Amino acid sequence: MKEIMQGNSAIARGAWEAGVKVAAAYPGTPSSEILREIAEKYPEIYAEWAPNEKVAVEVASGAAIAGARSMASMKHVGMNVAADPFMTLAYTGIKGGLVIVVADDPNVHSSQNEQDSRNWARFAKVPMLEPADAQECKDFIKIAFEISEQFDTPVLVRTETRVAHSDSPVVLEERKESPIPLGLDRKEAPKYVMVPINVRVRRKFVEERMKKLESYADTFKYNTMEINSREIGVITSGVSYLYTREVFPQYSYLKLGMVWPLPKKMIANFYKKVKKVIVVEELDPFLETEIKALGYKVFHGKDLIPNMYELSPEIVEQSLKGKAYKPPKIRVKPEDLPRRPPNMCAGCSHRPLFYALKKLGAFVFGDIGCYTLATAPPLQALHSCVCMGASIGEAHGAMKALGKDGMGKVCAVIGDSTFLHGGVGPLMDVVYNKGNSTTIILDNRITGMTGHQEHPGTGFTARGEPTHMVDYEELGKALGVKSIRKINPYNIQQTMEVVKEEMEKDEPSLIICENSPCIMLRRAKPLEKFAHPVYVINKEKCRGCKMCLEIGCPAISWEEGEGMTVDGHKRKGTVFINKDICVGCEVCAQICKFDAIVPGTK
Amino acid sequence: MKKKTTKKPIKKPVKKAIKKPVKKVQEDGRVVNIFLSGVGGQGTILASNILAEVFLKAGYDVKKSEVHGMAQRGGDVTTHFRFGKKVYSPLIKYGDVDFLLSFELLEAMRYINWVKPTGKILINKQEIYPPAVNLGMAQYPGDVEETFKKFFKDNVYVINGQEIARNLGNVQAANVVLIGAFSNFFPEVTEEQWIEAIKGLLAPKLHDLNVRAFAEGRRAL
Repeated sequence: MKEIMQGNSAIARGAWEAGVKVAAAYPGTPSSEILREIAEKYPEIYAEWAPNEKVAVEVASGAAIAGARSMASMKHVGMNVAADPFMTLAYTGIKGGLVIVVADDPNVHSSQNEQDSRNWARFAKVPMLEPADAQECKDFIKIAFEISEQFDTPVLVRTETRVAHSDSPVVLEERKESPIPLGLDRKEAPKYVMVPINVRVRRKFVEERMKKLESYADTFKYNTMEINSREIGVITSGVSYLYTREVFPQYSYLKLGMVWPLPKKMIANFYKKVKKVIVVEELDPFLETEIKALGYKVFHGKDLIPNMYELSPEIVEQSLKGKAYKPPKIRVKPEDLPRRPPNMCAGCSHRPLFYALKKLGAFVFGDIGCYTLATAPPLQALHSCVCMGASIGEAHGAMKALGKDGMGKVCAVIGDSTFLHGGVGPLMDVVYNKGNSTTIILDNRITGMTGHQEHPGTGFTARGEPTHMVDYEELGKALGVKSIRKINPYNIQQTMEVVKEEMEKDEPSLIICENSPCIMLRRAKPLEKFAHPVYVINKEKCRGCKMCLEIGCPAISWEEGEGMTVDGHKRKGTVFINKDICVGCEVCAQICKFDAIVPGTK
Repeated sequence: MKKKTTKKPIKKPVKKAIKKPVKKVQEDGRVVNIFLSGVGGQGTILASNILAEVFLKAGYDVKKSEVHGMAQRGGDVTTHFRFGKKVYSPLIKYGDVDFLLSFELLEAMRYINWVKPTGKILINKQEIYPPAVNLGMAQYPGDVEETFKKFFKDNVYVINGQEIARNLGNVQAANVVLIGAFSNFFPEVTEEQWIEAIKGLLAPKLHDLNVRAFAEGRRAL
């Protein structure tokens, strides 16, 4: 039976068909749907949201050592967090198959960098597969488990946005349980205890395994050759193959399903069949460098193909054709049109908080989440964003550098899920090292940006079962924070007062946003706390001062038109509140100095 | 139930005999490129899912690609949808769009260069202001329809999906109204095939509304 599936859904399906028993992940675009699908559709697999990617890999590897087929999935930067267990698991190997799915994001559609995950495979000396479409996602996951068990190695499967988030037909098959029996064996300790004497043994094993994998790559059925032109052959993989095959059907192709290690004999054979070889790959010259290192001449590679952002059919065509490429006619210059950047939702609890921080003139060390959008105009109230959890350590470091000059001017903001992912350690550091920085937890009761995944602070598991909920206040206390305050971010005045006081204190402060769930999180009934369903403009009073536009609410817009208020103030226009978008959060009404924003009815 | 089984063999040859050669959009294994654009929350994803179901069931290879992640937060949303005998790239080549289905006027204009000179365009007459326009810092383009007509003449269709859906009792069905109108571009697919796909993707309680929305949209062109 054929079904249309997203790449991520096909990965979930592949895991199920492969007999996977344990799957763990931390959400991250474009990988999040993998675990969600598993949790929703495949009860035979134990599925969990781990607090971060390192934990996810550790959970999966523990299950693998116990003999179960297991999988961890994450976005590319998640691999940085998971690198610690991953690099050594490459030595210990596994018992049940262990597959780590890592989803890259060329062109950074929703990420903080553009790193090329293929480098991890070479770095850790483990095999990596790279599917091109949904059918391959499913097939490659299944064969990845076979490779993992056959060669006693974790296997990486790399996708990217256009594979993970593209849909194409997939042939469904049944689940097959793994033949490996479950169980732990104490006698296997030397394989799993990575102390130097054991490491040296495993180190040698890793090299021997790599040699075996190299020969395997030459017979790997998803490394395929398609001979058309004898003139030009293309070595490529994944979605880059699809783009190139689309625009240059006349060329010959060596499509690599396994991008590490490379199939040396196949490459030699391909070079015999075609005169010139072009390497087409996204991001780093990974294949190109390796092919050149084998002593081959690469006719074209990164000299023409961009090494940044994503590829596309026209980019591949234009790069390889050069001046012969005829671009389509420009009818309208897109740069003349107003852009439509993502914005915080109407009624979002982050908006009043960042408005308050802006009014306080604070330098805000930010973190990863929806609230990163506060850096955009008109708010422009977030001034740094590096990686999950970085805000707290950075604010601490800045305060240590600035000393007294920093007092009252610096804070860190971090979402609930991000805090639990990577913020607890840094907060411990602030207290331990006698810091005085202020940390604000923007608790919206869910992992927001990636589409509402549960985490240890939501009270629910990945399958929606009720569970323990982290209490941020108790956690802060246990870490040694003495000054812990709770705020209602929708009260701008109170928020400003509390944040100002805490930033001025010469001790670590923790501020927790309370009763501020994500406006899209229905189960938390986010709209119930608002006294009115909607606010409207009283045109008799609106002076057109544009103060309310400073919060960047999608419901509020400017309407040009000279006029006058009832009490005789001239104006150049008024604002307008779109009732279909407004949810009645009252934030704009708090800002209006002329009482021109008043409760209305839907 | 019994009736059905007896009916079928009789119906088939009759149907074949009357069948006139329908002009297919898809010829000789050529891949057809459909580009959808809109704003997060407008339901473009359901619309593209309907397309994917319909053309997969009609026996084609299909590929669909969209960027997720920030769609809920008011950003622009685009979907590349392709069908044909064998589809390689999940992305349409710039300038190769056969059909543009846009849920919002500005988001139609943004992709005008993507459409082939012979392409067909269906635009939903709705304006959703982006932040810069809300702030009074940029102008919303007022000439979208005229611009498209200048380049594409009679191949431009504009309907008000929201209005049609509101008259049906739920403005949320505007996306299916648009799919209804869009379905006219594909004479080789029957109304039943479209409705089957819509029903397959929606909860039963939404069937009635959306089937009506589809029918209204199909009539609107």
